Amino acid sequence: MTANAPGAVVLMQGNEAIVRGAAEAGIHFAASYPGSPSSQILGMLGKIARERNFYAEWSTNEVCAIQACMGASFAGARALCVVKQNGLLCTADALHCGAQQGVKGGLVVVTSDDPSAHSSTNEFDSRWQAQSASVALLEPTTMQEAKDMIPYAFELSERVGQIVIVRLTTRVCHGRGCVTLGELPEENRPLERVREWDRMVCVSYMHGPMLEKLEALRGAFNESPYNHYSGPEGARDLIVAGGTGRLYAQEAVKRLGVQDRVGLLSLGALWPLPEDYILKYLRGAERVLILEEVDPFLEQGLEALAGREKLSLTFLGRDHGALPKIGELDPDNVEKAISILTGAPLPEKRLPDGAGKTPLPVRELTFCAGCPHRATFYLLKKALRQEKNPGIVVGDIGCYFMAGQSAGQYGYQACNCMGSGVSMAEGLGQLTHYGLDQKVVTICGDSTFFHTIMPGIVNAVYQSANMLLIVLDNSATAMTGFQPHPGTGLTAMGDHARPMDIQKILEAIGCEVEVADPFETVQAEKTLRRMLARPGMNVLIMRQPCATLKTKERKGKKPRVWVDQSRCIGEGCGCDKHCSRVWGCPGNTWDFSTGKAQIDPVTCVGCGVCAKLCPAGAIQVEGETEA
Amino acid sequence: MIQLKYDPLNIVVCGIGGQGNVLAAEVVGSAMIDRGCRVAVGETYGASQRGGSVMSHVRVSLQDDPSVLIPSGEAHIIIGFEPLETLRIARKYAGADTVAVYDPRPVYPLGVLQGVQTYPDLDALQEEIRSLTTLALAVPAADIAMEAGDSRAANIALLGAFSQVPGAPLSREDLEKILARRFKGAVLELNQKAFAMGCGAAGKGGAQ
Repeated sequence: MTANAPGAVVLMQGNEAIVRGAAEAGIHFAASYPGSPSSQILGMLGKIARERNFYAEWSTNEVCAIQACMGASFAGARALCVVKQNGLLCTADALHCGAQQGVKGGLVVVTSDDPSAHSSTNEFDSRWQAQSASVALLEPTTMQEAKDMIPYAFELSERVGQIVIVRLTTRVCHGRGCVTLGELPEENRPLERVREWDRMVCVSYMHGPMLEKLEALRGAFNESPYNHYSGPEGARDLIVAGGTGRLYAQEAVKRLGVQDRVGLLSLGALWPLPEDYILKYLRGAERVLILEEVDPFLEQGLEALAGREKLSLTFLGRDHGALPKIGELDPDNVEKAISILTGAPLPEKRLPDGAGKTPLPVRELTFCAGCPHRATFYLLKKALRQEKNPGIVVGDIGCYFMAGQSAGQYGYQACNCMGSGVSMAEGLGQLTHYGLDQKVVTICGDSTFFHTIMPGIVNAVYQSANMLLIVLDNSATAMTGFQPHPGTGLTAMGDHARPMDIQKILEAIGCEVEVADPFETVQAEKTLRRMLARPGMNVLIMRQPCATLKTKERKGKKPRVWVDQSRCIGEGCGCDKHCSRVWGCPGNTWDFSTGKAQIDPVTCVGCGVCAKLCPAGAIQVEGETEA
Repeated sequence: MIQLKYDPLNIVVCGIGGQGNVLAAEVVGSAMIDRGCRVAVGETYGASQRGGSVMSHVRVSLQDDPSVLIPSGEAHIIIGFEPLETLRIARKYAGADTVAVYDPRPVYPLGVLQGVQTYPDLDALQEEIRSLTTLALAVPAADIAMEAGDSRAANIALLGAFSQVPGAPLSREDLEKILARRFKGAVLELNQKAFAMGCGAAGKGGAQ
């Protein structure tokens, strides 16, 4: 990552390419809150920060991250902010105000969108934020472009004094490709002292200058090396691609044999729209297919442009059929769209006779083997079932989002965005004063607690809501890959910091707080029931480290867990396969030939909780469990 | 200079989150770059460690940078860490000339354990994999890895078997070089052992 070997070709993941690009740009400052698919970027930046003499932090949330970057920019620093699609929306106020105040040192925001929501609760299109905030946006297609666009974005940002957004999508972040390395700067540019009359303020009279900066970049984008065209001159069938669709299209036109009559216009510097450049190709076209991820952003922009120029074109894309309105592009849907554009027939793909008949079971995501969340939701469901009515559980964002499925006993009924659970529960909890006779429960992880839950707790305590918040304290930001947060005592650059004590914070705010270990199932259930019965704002901290984290840090052998076949009653037991069917840990499997339970030694991490739940006492644990 | 039977050559690595899918794809990709090819890799993730189906696409070319995804029906090699996942991928991606190297040890999905779904009959499942491919090699990679010392080396054991497939684009030495570069100490030793055992298992006529 920090080899100064210009010209070397390396297989790089898109996220790695961004890191390399940042090093080549000579950044002074980087801040982020993790979010897939770009979670890894800041972790890698933290590791090279000292060597490359810049500062990197995992901020408590995305608003802290972008505003810290603005502060750094005011002293002339090149600052990189990394967020995912939802994180960019969190920054919306800061971003819009920031665009009006402008920047001094370059400020680049890398945002990652997740078309098809592979690791998200939804799919968003960040490009609308660039349009709304009047800032420029670049979108790389290859890993090479991902690297090269970072220094380019900093140059643009400093040329006009404005934030620049680089938009990634999952296939870039988590794809790998060949990257030719560039040069690393000898040393970073010196910082600039902020003078008495320097200003970086968002005020209304900056609206005009903000728009002028955008127009200046439109001019630059008409000449940008990231916008290019391939294909015959004056092609009547034109494909306009922003992002990954370009590569799918390049291959599909060859497979369909239409490469000699279809033009491919690729846009990497795409907002503000390089109108003059685009019009050169629109003027000769009759049919235009737009390939882009998530929303018809370019499609609507180009249609408006064509309308203004009184061009009569047929558009194909997400808005006009030819491509699905939702989900990511792939080689198949792009090939089909090009077949519609050109009339070239699709090659026939057939399975051999007899194949493809048996339905294949899907693999529903679940908590990892030994995950403490499984125990918490098991106990919560059990406790709420024994109330006179089932209660209301509001979810939140983290691994425990999966608790809405069988992984967590279908454990919650509502979930909005990250940090929302406590306030949705507060709303419901207020109604208990007005006749709603249900227990109101919400959950959050430890990282989410610091990210956005704390103001909601202050609100719930101050407004006297009747509710229970369960903090799933697994000492990790587990969903995104174990990034440090203020409770962990570590920083992005590997330094130690004084960890914040969630319990003390809660007590200071004025909550009733108790702590339980979800693996001590009997004790934890008692505590849970006691707290459910209490009025006011109660918080139960379920404390047990993430199983994956424990496995990573494990030194000795894991405890061996097995099923004593002589004691397992199997299908004849009244437990209804409690271990594998109800408890549902992937380590608990079933031997369909003997009709008895077994443990998968590969998957099992040895937590031993299932041994406590087996009514026949058939599950044995050898070696020490930490529970 | 390396010869590619197809350009781009398309390899799918598939399995379940946590089986080392991404790492295996990265090792194959790095070895192909060492041989002077242009490589693109597409990963699924997010489901990693959480029991979902995962796959990586490795695409190799001597001409252009390929996209990170393989079109359906265009895979030439499938490396599968689980039989159901191998079949799932073969149905979508196998084409006129596809070789599969896979571990026949089933890992039951949650829905199967909960009794709401059925795992296909293993013999029929393997028969269907054979019908979809020109060559299907079943190698007990997880068992081999456990014998080598740790089940987590199953991915590397299967890569060993992959290097022995007739017409494999990479040799045993190509991959061993990457392992030596990628790992250190005890992990390297474990992986080297699992890799060698995987190579041996492929030679023992696991081909069906």
